[in-house]
Amino acid sequence: MIPPAPVESRPARPVGPLVIAIEGVTKLYQMGEETIHALRGVTLEIRRNEYLAIMGPSGSGKSTLMNMLGCLDTPTSGRYEFNGIGVAGMTDDELAEIRNREIGFVFQTFNLLPRSDALRNVELPLIYGGVPALERHERARQALQDVGLGNRIHHKPNELSGGQRQRVAIARALVNRPSIILADEPTGNLDSKTGVEIMALFEDLYEQGNTLIVVTHEESVARHARRIIRLHDGLIESDAPVE
Amino acid sequence: MGRIIYEVTESIRIAMAQIRANKMRSALTMLGVVIGIVAVTLMGTAIRGIDIGFDRSLAMLGDDVLYVQKWPWHNVDDWWNYVDRTPMHPEDVAKLNRIIAGATDSQLVLAVFADARSSTLKAEGLMVSGVFTRGTTADYGRIVTTGFSEGRMFSDGESDAARQVCVLGYDVAQALFPGRSSVGSTVKVEGEPFEVIGVLDRQGSFLGLFSFDNQMIMPLGAYRKYFGIRDDNTEIQVKIKDKTRMEDAREELTGAMRRVRGQVPGERDNFSVNGQQAFKKQLDPIKQGIAFAGLFVTGLSLFVGAIGIMNITFVSVKERTKEIGTRKALGARRRTILLQFLIEAVSICILGGVIGLGLTYLLFAVIRSAAPSFPIEFSVVLVLVSMLVSVLTGVLSGIIPAWGASRLDPVVALRYE
Repeated sequence: MIPPAPVESRPARPVGPLVIAIEGVTKLYQMGEETIHALRGVTLEIRRNEYLAIMGPSGSGKSTLMNMLGCLDTPTSGRYEFNGIGVAGMTDDELAEIRNREIGFVFQTFNLLPRSDALRNVELPLIYGGVPALERHERARQALQDVGLGNRIHHKPNELSGGQRQRVAIARALVNRPSIILADEPTGNLDSKTGVEIMALFEDLYEQGNTLIVVTHEESVARHARRIIRLHDGLIESDAPVE
Repeated sequence: MGRIIYEVTESIRIAMAQIRANKMRSALTMLGVVIGIVAVTLMGTAIRGIDIGFDRSLAMLGDDVLYVQKWPWHNVDDWWNYVDRTPMHPEDVAKLNRIIAGATDSQLVLAVFADARSSTLKAEGLMVSGVFTRGTTADYGRIVTTGFSEGRMFSDGESDAARQVCVLGYDVAQALFPGRSSVGSTVKVEGEPFEVIGVLDRQGSFLGLFSFDNQMIMPLGAYRKYFGIRDDNTEIQVKIKDKTRMEDAREELTGAMRRVRGQVPGERDNFSVNGQQAFKKQLDPIKQGIAFAGLFVTGLSLFVGAIGIMNITFVSVKERTKEIGTRKALGARRRTILLQFLIEAVSICILGGVIGLGLTYLLFAVIRSAAPSFPIEFSVVLVLVSMLVSVLTGVLSGIIPAWGASRLDPVVALRYE
């Protein structure tokens, strides 16, 4: 199936190297008797240092696409290359390896470990990456410093405000220096003032050269990005730069 | 390599935090393991104690003595084949000893005749009845290894002259002459006066049934003079040279006895050669039965404890489904998640095992002060086995929920509320 957005209408792309290339990706779910076509053939390229928002109503395939981009899920059919490596046929543990090294996740509900302090939380991806303890501490401390929490490293999540928790989660996403940062409704659980702060932090990260993908249903959040992809019924409805 | 070490230390840290965070739940779950470990270690020790007790009892019979008797020591269904056998006679012993002396490289050392009955003893107004009274020769002292707490065995001269002297078992001497020496005193055996010349060391009872301290020994001549011959209880005790060659000795003794009895080839033995192995053969299945039943019952309590751990691990996995999803998103592999929950289950079991061992240690102290003769010891082996059992329990009860957790789909786990 051909995506409806005509190629000619697309803006001039940033010229960074290709990070993600997906082509004709479909995803089917079996829900009891019914087969759900979550994605019906999506083709998409994402280059380094892009700032991308993915939008769409619920049921549009937005979450499925995000899971796919985050290597949490594999396509039913189609091609998915991450940094030039085919992801489609990978085993669970190979995918875990990719997620660990290449993808930084930021969740709507922060998903911090409640009984571990900020430093421990940020260290977690480094533990799974096999980084020795001393280097781990240093890098986690630096990442917390970078998000403005250098004085909160030994606080537990319940001792931090919502915005601070999301900063810890962002530090955790950054600590492995991933190829992309994938944020799912990052301001969904925050008040608007804190949400603005987090979006400002994202802007900083983008300025520093990171690649950001934000999944949201809020127009105001999406407008921070440089490019917006709108999904509808498992297809890309539009893929356009933000004016 | 580094990674697995970091993952394991992280898992141990998480497990400890988890136990601390759910103190009540962890303690209750641990209780099952504690009870299981206490039960299993106590039972193991009890079985070992019974074992040692059996061995001690068997040693009393003499592990280098064979008994030639009319009846075998095992139960017989064909009693009619035994009832008409000729009892043992002192003349048999004389012939037997001549054969032993004449044989080259004999496994047999010495044969002694003994007769026995039950009798009542009196001394200075005190009375003991049901004393196992043995009439034998001075050679008996050369077979029996029991020492004397005072006095001596009667001599060949006293034996040949049928002197009215006797050696008392420890309990008999204590009952008739409480708190003082009995050597030189006179006891009346069924009304006949005997001079006490020795008292045996304390020996204890055989399987708690028959006390070796409730006996007396007198010269055969004197015994026969007053008590006649009750042939059924007569026996020939034969000391052997090398207890590791018991079967050779038994064969040689059987051959020698057949010669004594003048039996022709093909004829059935008209005597039985008994030894402590007969008891061992009968006791071993009983011992194994007790051990099996005991360990099975106590093992059940450990099994119940293990189910508790499995249950709590399932609950833990369910509660932390979202955490599992997060960990997977951050790069935890299946092995990592499996290890984490396995280590949690094993940690609870090890803690339970340590507490259980502590309790066992205290219980041992109590038992030791209450029953000093019961053979128990708190050994390194016990500690190692308990720890091994704890770890094994943890692994077996944790593996199914942990495996389930490791296979969770990260997308589904992340969406779980």
